[in-house]
Amino acid sequence: MFYREAGEFKTSYAADHATFPIGFDFWRFWVVVGIAFLVVPFLINDYWEKAILLPFLIYALAAIGLNILTGYCGQVSLGTGGFLAVGAYACYKFMTGMDIHIPIGGGEYWSLILPPLNIALCVLLGGLTTAFVGVLFGLPSLRIKGFYLAVATLAAQFFLVWLFNKWEWTYNYSATGQITAGERDLFGILITGPNTEPWATYLFCLTFLFIFGWAARNLVRGRIGRQWMAIRDMDIAAEIIGVNPMAAKLSAFAVSSFYIGMAGALYFAVWNGAAEPTESFAIDKSFDVLFMIIIGGLGSITGSLIGAAFIVLLPVVFKNLFVGVLGWPTDIAEHLQIMTVGLLIILFLIKEPHGIASLWGTMKEKLRLWPFPY
Amino acid sequence: MKHADVAEAAADDRAYAHAEIDHGLNTRPIGDTLMEMRDIVLRFGGVTAIKGVSFDIKEGEIRAIIGPNGAGKSSMLNVINGFYHPQEGEVWFRGKKRGPLKPHQIARLGIARTFQNIALFKGMTTLDNIMTGRLTAMKRNLFWQALWAGPAEQEEIEHRAAVEKIIDFLEIQHIRKIPVGRLPYGLQKRVELGRALAAEPRLLLLDEPMAGMNVEEKEDMCRFILDVNDEFQTTIALIEHDMGVVMDIADRVVVLDYGAKIGDGTPDAVRQNQQVIDAYLGVSHD
Amino acid sequence: MTDVTGAPSPVSRIAAAVNALSTPAKALIGVAIVAVAFGFGSGLMLDVFFWEVFITGLLAGVMYALVALGFVLIFKASGIFNFAQGVLALFAALTLVGFQTGQIPFAHLINAIFGTKVHHFSDTGLPDVFAILATLLVMIALAWAVVHYIFQPLVNQPPIILFMATIGLAFVLEGTGDLMWGANVKVLDVGLPQGPSDTIIDATGMFLDKLELSAAVVAVVLVTVLTLFSQYTKMGRALRAVADDHQAALSVGISLQTIWWIVWSVAGIVALVAGMMWGAKSGVQFSLSLIALKALPVLMLGGFTSIPGAIVGGLIIGVGEKLFEFYIGPSIGGATENWFAYMLALLFLLFRPQGLFGEKIIERV
Repeated sequence: MFYREAGEFKTSYAADHATFPIGFDFWRFWVVVGIAFLVVPFLINDYWEKAILLPFLIYALAAIGLNILTGYCGQVSLGTGGFLAVGAYACYKFMTGMDIHIPIGGGEYWSLILPPLNIALCVLLGGLTTAFVGVLFGLPSLRIKGFYLAVATLAAQFFLVWLFNKWEWTYNYSATGQITAGERDLFGILITGPNTEPWATYLFCLTFLFIFGWAARNLVRGRIGRQWMAIRDMDIAAEIIGVNPMAAKLSAFAVSSFYIGMAGALYFAVWNGAAEPTESFAIDKSFDVLFMIIIGGLGSITGSLIGAAFIVLLPVVFKNLFVGVLGWPTDIAEHLQIMTVGLLIILFLIKEPHGIASLWGTMKEKLRLWPFPY
Repeated sequence: MKHADVAEAAADDRAYAHAEIDHGLNTRPIGDTLMEMRDIVLRFGGVTAIKGVSFDIKEGEIRAIIGPNGAGKSSMLNVINGFYHPQEGEVWFRGKKRGPLKPHQIARLGIARTFQNIALFKGMTTLDNIMTGRLTAMKRNLFWQALWAGPAEQEEIEHRAAVEKIIDFLEIQHIRKIPVGRLPYGLQKRVELGRALAAEPRLLLLDEPMAGMNVEEKEDMCRFILDVNDEFQTTIALIEHDMGVVMDIADRVVVLDYGAKIGDGTPDAVRQNQQVIDAYLGVSHD
Repeated sequence: MTDVTGAPSPVSRIAAAVNALSTPAKALIGVAIVAVAFGFGSGLMLDVFFWEVFITGLLAGVMYALVALGFVLIFKASGIFNFAQGVLALFAALTLVGFQTGQIPFAHLINAIFGTKVHHFSDTGLPDVFAILATLLVMIALAWAVVHYIFQPLVNQPPIILFMATIGLAFVLEGTGDLMWGANVKVLDVGLPQGPSDTIIDATGMFLDKLELSAAVVAVVLVTVLTLFSQYTKMGRALRAVADDHQAALSVGISLQTIWWIVWSVAGIVALVAGMMWGAKSGVQFSLSLIALKALPVLMLGGFTSIPGAIVGGLIIGVGEKLFEFYIGPSIGGATENWFAYMLALLFLLFRPQGLFGEKIIERV
């Protein structure tokens, strides 16, 4: 009645493989994007920025990254926290400028002196650095599979967090061991530091999510995405039809880590303004992002966004409901929330392994035929 | 079907085939040697799966590999497409000796296959599955893929057109957008054939393409195999247990038993071969 | 047959070269490596600190092996890689302390909902023996619930989905445990000896913890009992049958549900023992569940399917990380114990993907 594809006829292959083949979806998408870019910035305040919107945008980016690796390429990773840290610390180093001196023998040094770079560039470079590290830790995936690999990615998690704790160069020898984002601007508008406007940081993160979310969608529907899915569904058959497993897996690790690295950079520089490895990038960050894609939907870009929204909002809702309305102690609300997340994970794995995104799909199927189901 | 029936049907078909040739209807050109296996030995630990087997496959022909269970047929197919590397022997393809390539490199040489137990990508639609067959032909890099609009989309549309031809050919238009996991067995086999065809192979390997099918589905599959061979001049090597089918569609047959070759030749010649008869009727091996 | 498939990568070429050597040659090389290592460390051999670190490592390794054992049991019988094993140990320890001290379960929640002020059902709590028995019953009931409500609906799902389900289970148990018994750090005392052993100090000059020594004894007993159980009882045979092939086991009339229940119960009991040891050592708190993360590299090293593998892997990692931390740690900033085990396991897996004692993976099409 409200939602139908009757009367929609595709006359070209391009129209048939479009992201939103149904007109209604297409328009709704652009309306949402329009509101996000043009309306929300005028309504946003500090609480919405710091507690809901920035975490959502940043975790959504990380979830898309992990979904590329786990949902599309089938390689489960528990190292997300470590990769977020790489993005954050790389971004910090590029923000503050670096002197790199590498001895090349004979008392000579190869030197590279980088001035502090533009913040947008720093985020991208943070992503690229993480992509490189991700490929390194992705190498074992060529030999080991399944949860052997999942456990192997924990090596990345623990080693990287330790590294940023001990390697003083990465935090510019600061006494506290913390990294802090100084004030940086883009076109004269402050993006990082304590004096930012909510709308500016929001739009900055939203732009990243929009551009790279779109890119991710394009990647997964084309040649590279099919390679990843082929490896995920049946790696041996994929190799026999001509997919190079090394290229497919390592490209998935690279792209995935690139996204997670950018998310880490934004997490540190724009959202929190400061970070230190053991708390900010602990293993529960890895689980959080994994839960986002399980609940949202493995192998779905939209699902990554839904899952991120869900996991970001759940604590807010629990806190407001149990502490705010019912007046319970905070720790009880917290424990209930942990329990609920666990239960939901199990429930989704049993009932709907493709997550909320697929529930949504089923609902659309039903809506399309409503009110005459046959 | 009883044996007598099979024999009778086969005799009919043979008569028909001869009639075709006599009247110049069957003009399939059988060319030079496309692939040659020389003294292949394949061992798994202490077990020798293939014991010095040699045979060739000629351009444009349908070559059947038959033999009882455990004869080493599937292992032979796995050697041909590089999934197993034989300990001894040489594989010659298109006049050159083939090095120890990985399976995905061999796929690029123009060898495609289907599997005994269907190996489709269950999470993807029929269309996407067949599109994976075109992966080796698609070139656009990560950047263009991410941008999509422009060269990447252009390339996608070109290959989509080729894939749609295969979908039409195999008569599976109606299941284009359905995840293959939900399809019945017979259709899955057909989609798998489609995926192999999409690669436009020089040599197509079919591992029991008709296993577990009913008579009607078998007839369809036979028709597709013959059409593929006829229309695209694709060379086909196939493993099949249904003797009626093999005798019908194969140009030449190689017979394996316990990893060794015991017969090689036209269906008629193989049928007369005493060793082959023994192997199939179960004469003891001592 | 991973060595047969695909052209060899540099790594697998080295591995293949090593494999191609005859057994005596391998043994010779092994002995040579060990001899060189000991040659460098010959000074160490006489050093009492070296032996103290070495034995402390061994004892820690026994504790790791204890947790790893729980993993192996469940993995062998159901193909489930149970990420929740560590939280299971935490849950068991929390429950035990709760019974010992006579807490009322969910007291905080009840108080929050009804505005009451309940907290203890008795001031003295249950005697140790009854508390342990009651905890055992809880673990067995929990095993039933887990099998019935989580893994029965997930039969025939790919292993990785089951793995993720156990991560969910870990969160449920963590939340439930905290809700039931409160999240504060608790002291667990079941009468195990504590403190450095005087007799050993007098005899050798080494500081070794009595608790760790007794934990080692308990672990050895437990492993022996489990091995006997799985080798010589009818139940053990059924268990191994299920491990081998679910379908085949079903077809000869073995009830999967019952077997899984038993296995999860045994894993729960192993978790209780591990929880008691670790809890007595460093208090019952959330960090206790992280010992599971220590057991994972042990499993990668030893292979997921092998009980001896879990033990040997545990010992190697225990000794390895203590020695590394003691001799190399200071020069790179210390606290290497967090990742050393993982890196070791990772390097090891590159050469032997199935672990020390695991079954060889055969790929077919």
